[in-house]
Formats: sequence, structure tokens, C-alpha cells
Amino acid sequence: MQRRVTFDNRLLPYLLLAPQVTVTLVFFIWPAANAIWQSVHLQDAFGIRSEFVWFENFTHVLSDPNYLDTLKVTVVFSIAVTVLAMGVALLLAVLADSKIKGARAYKTLLIWPYALAPAVAAVLWMFIFNPDIGSFGQALRALGYDWDYRLNGGQALVMVIMAASWKQVSYNFIFFLAGLQAIPRSVMEAASIDGAGPMRRFWTITFPLLSPTTFFLLVVDMVYAFFETFGTIHALTQGGPGKATETLIFRVYQDGVVNNDLGGSSAQSVILMVIVIALTAVQFRFVERKVHYA
Amino acid sequence: MATVEIRNVRKSYGPVEAIKGIDIAIQDGEFLVLLGPSGCGKSTLLRMVAGLEGITGGQIAIGGRVVNDLDPKDRDIAMVFQNYALYPHMTVFDNMAYGLKIRGIPKAEIRARVDKAANILELGRFLDRRPSQLSGGQRQRVAMGRAIVREPAAFLFDEPLSNLDAKLRTQMRVEIKRLQDRLGITSLYVTHDQVEAMTLADRILVMNHGVAEQIGTPLEVYQRPASLFVAGFIGSPPMNVLDGRIDDHGEVVLVPGGQRLPLPQPRPTDAGRPIKLGIRPEHLAVAAEGFSIEVELVEALGADTVVYGRLPDSETLLVRMAGIPTVRERDRLTVTPQDGALHLFDAVTGRRVE
Ligand SMILES: Nc1ncnc2c1ncn2[C@@H]1O[C@H](COP(=O)(O)OP(=O)(O)OP(=O)(O)O)[C@@H](O)[C@H]1O
Ligand SMILES: [Mg+2]
Repeated sequence: MQRRVTFDNRLLPYLLLAPQVTVTLVFFIWPAANAIWQSVHLQDAFGIRSEFVWFENFTHVLSDPNYLDTLKVTVVFSIAVTVLAMGVALLLAVLADSKIKGARAYKTLLIWPYALAPAVAAVLWMFIFNPDIGSFGQALRALGYDWDYRLNGGQALVMVIMAASWKQVSYNFIFFLAGLQAIPRSVMEAASIDGAGPMRRFWTITFPLLSPTTFFLLVVDMVYAFFETFGTIHALTQGGPGKATETLIFRVYQDGVVNNDLGGSSAQSVILMVIVIALTAVQFRFVERKVHYA
Repeated sequence: MATVEIRNVRKSYGPVEAIKGIDIAIQDGEFLVLLGPSGCGKSTLLRMVAGLEGITGGQIAIGGRVVNDLDPKDRDIAMVFQNYALYPHMTVFDNMAYGLKIRGIPKAEIRARVDKAANILELGRFLDRRPSQLSGGQRQRVAMGRAIVREPAAFLFDEPLSNLDAKLRTQMRVEIKRLQDRLGITSLYVTHDQVEAMTLADRILVMNHGVAEQIGTPLEVYQRPASLFVAGFIGSPPMNVLDGRIDDHGEVVLVPGGQRLPLPQPRPTDAGRPIKLGIRPEHLAVAAEGFSIEVELVEALGADTVVYGRLPDSETLLVRMAGIPTVRERDRLTVTPQDGALHLFDAVTGRRVE
């Protein structure tokens, strides 16, 4: 059976699509095209003249050992953020879905962090982890642990990972909770009558039935980790100390805006874009096969 | 296989008492049907036996072992749900094998048991399908299959046929009966369909508002309903109930309109007692004297005919006659109860008066 909506006015469908198409054109296609154009050009120091240089910007970027370090940081950062944000959110959602007292208040509180601007969240984290004024930072130092993320790259990376994950937990939580609530109660009851304890029920029933949600969040969280964590990193560590917390997106900003290397920065954006498109395609190709859409 | 004993079991949801003390011992291999109107607590009682619902008071024992504090998984029971509750992400085979795998049964035996159940239920062709690729009736069979492969101490059914169409329901009812005869596993079966109850049950527990109105074989429940509620619930169309009074000699029942119906045996101790008189529509027959009714409506069901008659005092009297209709609307008719067809109930409590 074919379902088809017919419009009397031939223009109306285009009119209805126009806002979405405009937004996509102005905020996605145009900047992307711009980045691609810039990535094959070299601008002079004053930004007046630019010269077509083929793939010189790309070879330049990819042969820079610093760039590979940044790539490594990005991989560690993205995997850690995705795993942490999803794992914690799933755990919290499972708890919220079970019969506990005050589940409503608990759910509301869990959703709040999502409404926080990255910079505000970062300031919050600073108040907690700053070695001099942060409560947790002071406590760590009082216990004799040499905590200073401004000097220790590893500590800095751990902190931005935690901050970035924390912001994404709320979002994941909402989706996981909705996914859990969509699983019929009687299916879980049937499993418990069939002899499955809570852990086994989770891994053989709940988790497989959640897989569409999990897959969706995997894609969203990865894109988040790659692109949307700029604000958090910028406010917390500015990519430092050294380049310990510099991710690809942060470096794009650093090279393009701060160091004024528009060609190199554009080449990096294009590379970043290709990476994310490739990763998403891989996920759809290989992970989605295992996903059960009920 | 096991007995299931329910001893003065109660269930409260906050201030609301859903089950108000039910007592019954179900024999090994017996098929007990829980019958009652919507909301009377049938599912609640069944779920307490399954361990899905806490027990507020009393005891439940399966196979002689008190299970009040045991998890569902430790009670050795299998349940068939109204919506089947199949695992949507598993094949039919895996659905049936799930409980066996958990219990660590060897692969070869799982295969054998599932194949056997699939054979009985004619599911062989569907073993590799997902539940979403099956019809409602096939899903129902898978749910049954999942229960029987387990070879549990008891089966629990919560309205397993209510989502099927009438024809399929009849078919599955017969199938359940055959299965039960073959497997002989103690079963508790919830339904509000009296035909299912009458045909499947060894005994019926008729429930109303969380209490057991009557426990008995299908025929006992039909022939000697313990209360007005049971009398009205079992039988189709329902029993006629008239207000009456036993006369001063304790020999006849007087009903409004001047009818005098002789009692099977005199009951002098009840002389003058107000009474509710029950007469089943199928026990009224056309006669020279008796209730005089005006026919208001005739329902021809094919095999028999239901006549809605109006008594002179404007009460309705249903008469069920064999065969196709021989009367028409607005005809006048005289009917009288067959011998021994009178049921007497207390006018206040509604309990049967013997
Ligand atoms: N979780 C609950 N909280 C409060 N009351 C409940 C709860 N579950 C059931 N009840 C009440 O308990 C009573 C019995 O419910 P139950 O589900 O056992 O009825 P039932 O006989 O199975 O009805 P049906 O034929 O409609 O399935 C109902 O009045 C219902 O409102
Ligand atoms: Mg019910």
C-alpha cells in the first residue's frame, strides 16, 4: 500500500520545506563548502589575496607530528566520553526505572545538567577541582595527592573527560529511560518466571531491546565528543597544559582563529568532517546490523 | 507436578483490599479455573502464586513448600500471559529454549524438548521466526510452548485466549484441554469466559470482589449456585430472579402476580420467609398453567431460541426453548418451571437456601 499526501497547490510543499532547506544551506552546506574551498587555498598574512595550492595544506597538516598527537588525544577523549556518558546514563536510567522512592525528583535532577551552558558547567567544575580554591581539589591536596591539572596533562585530560561526559549524561539518560519504559513489563516478568535473575534479565532482555536507543546514542555521543566539547575544553584548560587536552576541534579553532592559519585550519576541518562521516558510516554499516528494531 | 495450596491469602494495595482471604487446595494434576468479572482480583491472585506480586497475608504453598518469600524463578512454575509476553528479539526456538538454557539443561535435550513441544503445537515451521512475524494465534502457541517445555510444577494462565477471535479461541480451548489430559500438570487458569471455565475446569473458583463465592465442579456450580452472584454469572442467558415469599405452611412459594410454586419438599421452619427465587431460562417450559407472559422479544440463535417475556407485574422473564422460534412478539404464553428447578436464595444475603 502506498501512502501519499496530495497538495492542491504545487508550491506549498516547497514552501513548507523552505525553512529547513534554508537552515541547512546557510548553517551547514555553505560553511562546509567554504571550508573545502579554503582548504585548497593559501592566504597571505593580511587576508587579501589567496592562491590555489592543491593539497599542500593537507600534506602540511598530516605530516605535522603535533597533529598526530592531537589525533591521539581526540581518540582517547572521544572513546572515554562516549563510554562514560553512556555507561553512567544507562546505570542511572536502570535505577530510575526500578521501583525506588523519590524516583520523580531523582529524574528531574538528572535532567538539569543538560540545560547548563558549557561555560557555566566548566566554571562549576573549576570550583570543584581547582587545586587552590576548589573543594575537591583542596581535599585531594590535603590528602597528600599532588593534584594540579594546570601542570599535569594526564589529570587535565581526566578532568575534561569527566566534565564533557557529565554534560552528556542527562541527554543519554532521558533516551535510555524512555527506552526502558517502552519494554513491556510482562516481558520482564516472563523472563523472571523463566528463571532469569536481575543481571541475566538485563543482559539478555533489557540490553538487546534497548539496542536501537544505544545505537542512536552512540552516534550522537561520538559527534558530541568530536564537535561539541569545544566550549568545555576552552573554558577548563584551553587545550593545555602543553597540548594535553587539545582535541581536533580545539586545534581547528586554535590554528584558524588564534594563529590565523585559515588554510591549515580549513584543511583540518575537512579532515575532521571526513573522520566523523566515515565513523558514522561504519557504525551504520556494522553496528546497526546487530540492532534489533522491535 | 505438585499441589498448590492457597491458605487465607490476602492482598492490599494501600487501603484497598483486592483479595480478602481466599482458601483453596488444588490437587496434583487438577485444572482449576478462576472465574469472575473484571476487577474481582483473579489476576492478582494468580500473580501472587507466580511471585510477581507480594502476599499481604496468608500462605501459598507449591508442592508442600511455602513459597511466600521465594522469587518467581525459584517457584518452578510457568506462566502464559494475556499479551503472550514473548521475547521480541529472539526466534521462536530461543523463546522456548530461554528458560531451559538458564537451568543449564544440555543442548541436545533442549533441542529435543523444543522440537517435541513444537510438534504438539504445530510450530515446527516457525522455529526460526521472530514473534513479530507470527499471527496472533501462532504467538499464543509459542507462549504455550514456552510454558510446556519447562515441565514445571504448575501452569498459570492469565486469560490466554482473550486476544484471539472467536473461532481460534474455540480451537485453542480444545487444544488446551487435550494438552492438559496429556500432560496432567496442575493448572490455574484465569478467565471471565464461562464457556472456557465450564469446558476446561476440574473445579471452578468463582470470585467476586476479592472473595471466593463458590468452589466446585462446573456442574455443581451450574446446578447448585451458592449465591445469587454465581447464579447470575454462570449460565447464558442468566438465571431469572424473582422476589418471593414462602407461604405460612412452608409448602409453596408465592410470587407477585399470584403464582404459587410448590416446593420440592415442605420447609415449615421457613414459613413466611421472604426469598429470592431463581429459575434458569432453560428450565421453563410451556404448560397449561403457570406464569403468564407477554412475549416482548424473540432471539433465534439457531439451535435454540430465547424469549423475553413480561410478567403482569412488569418483571422480565427469560425462557429458553429448543429449536427455531414457535412464538412471535406480543403473543401470550404460559410457562412453568420443571420439577426441582427452583433455586432459593436468602433475600438479604443472597446466599443459597438449601
Ligand atoms: N498496582 C495496583 N494498585 C492498586 N490497585 C490495584 C493494583 N493492581 C490491581 N489493583 C486493583 O485490584 C483489583 C483486582 O485487580 P485484578 O487485576 O486482579 O483484576 P482481574 O480480576 O484480573 O480483572 P480483569 O478481568 O479485568 O483482568 C482491581 O480492583 C484493581 O483496581
Ligand atoms: Mg486480569
